[in-house]
Amino acid sequence: MRLSGSGVRCVRGGREVFSGLDFAASAGEALAVTGPNGSGKTSLLRLIAGVLTSAGGSIGLEGGEQELTLAEQAHYLGHRDALKPALSVAENLLFWQEFLGGEACDIAESLTAVGLDHATHLPAAFLSAGQRRRLSIARLLAARRPIWLLDEPTNALDTSGQALFAALMTDHLARGGLIIAATHAPLGIAARELRIGISE
Amino acid sequence: MTALAALIRRDIKIALRVGGGALIGVLFFLTVVVLMPFAVGPDLALLTRLGPAILWLGALLASLLTLDRLFMADHEDGSLDLIVMSRTPLELTCAAKALAHWLAAGLPLILATPVLGLLLNLDATATSAVALTLLAGTPALTFTGMIGAALAVTLHRGGLLLAVLVLPLSIPVLIFGVAASQAAISGPLSFGTPFSILCALSLVSLVIGPFAAAASLRHGLD
Repeated sequence: MRLSGSGVRCVRGGREVFSGLDFAASAGEALAVTGPNGSGKTSLLRLIAGVLTSAGGSIGLEGGEQELTLAEQAHYLGHRDALKPALSVAENLLFWQEFLGGEACDIAESLTAVGLDHATHLPAAFLSAGQRRRLSIARLLAARRPIWLLDEPTNALDTSGQALFAALMTDHLARGGLIIAATHAPLGIAARELRIGISE
Repeated sequence: MTALAALIRRDIKIALRVGGGALIGVLFFLTVVVLMPFAVGPDLALLTRLGPAILWLGALLASLLTLDRLFMADHEDGSLDLIVMSRTPLELTCAAKALAHWLAAGLPLILATPVLGLLLNLDATATSAVALTLLAGTPALTFTGMIGAALAVTLHRGGLLLAVLVLPLSIPVLIFGVAASQAAISGPLSFGTPFSILCALSLVSLVIGPFAAAASLRHGLD
């Protein structure tokens, strides 16, 4: 499996954010997208996820499942946690598992993996920022998808949370997964760097 | 199917919990209808004549009240991105969300109608006629309203814009809803004709609404 983009151009609000961007990542590989604020890291991830449409160039996936599009094989972990405060931790996770479909993993197991097993029945409204992030990460485990698009994934995580997440990412790569992460902080795993938004 | 069932279950669950919108619509409906006799005065004949129209107006405004949150809540917390990315076609997802909204916010209005009919001096036949027309007509309100909700999704305070966009579309529903109720109560027209048109309006919006909403969501996301 190989995810690649060539000559990708992104225009936001009439302003060109980046153009002529080439990148590639193969199965088992992590790509760390770095660059100053406003250089288009989030936009790139959202382009790959298909939530934004690119102004030029192409993004393609070779060797994935034939019947599914790129977006349907990808998890997007954005700034916003996609959690409903009125639902409990387990209900939130169960909903995403059922809605996203595909190969599923046990809810309780996923929550244990991110260290939230003690808060299963707590409404998500009472979670701290770090716990919310952990719950979003549990979503990546509860429904398996080969491509992880992560936007500042370690934000709000404490040091043990970061170590835990690094282990989960290593595990995902070992299964033949693929990670593209926009980040300022080190990810804690071996990753190739893709710098964008540097002035010529 | 599992995905859609999960979405409907989730939306209904959220609507019924504290801070959800299900009860707000019914309370608003109740308020409008209860205030009306005080405004019109104690003229029983007049109340009976205005009754169906008042119930329909109340239900129309109440169903618009919570509709602006249909997509906005999901947009604000990032769920909408994941919904757009999902393996379920967005049109079906939109239809499922509208169905969940109707079950949680529209159906309680119809259940409240018999009680509120008493306050407007409507007899059993008249109340059941209004309830029946509401049952046939409120899906049209929800499914056309969904188009407005999808257009206003990225706007803060889109609620008023939604009302301005959607109210013109709901005028035919209001006309034929009230006409069918009046026909059942006092004649001389037959009940069947306006009621069939009302059902047709609902069916048309059931088909067009999800496609229009999905198209506007795809373009509106940034």
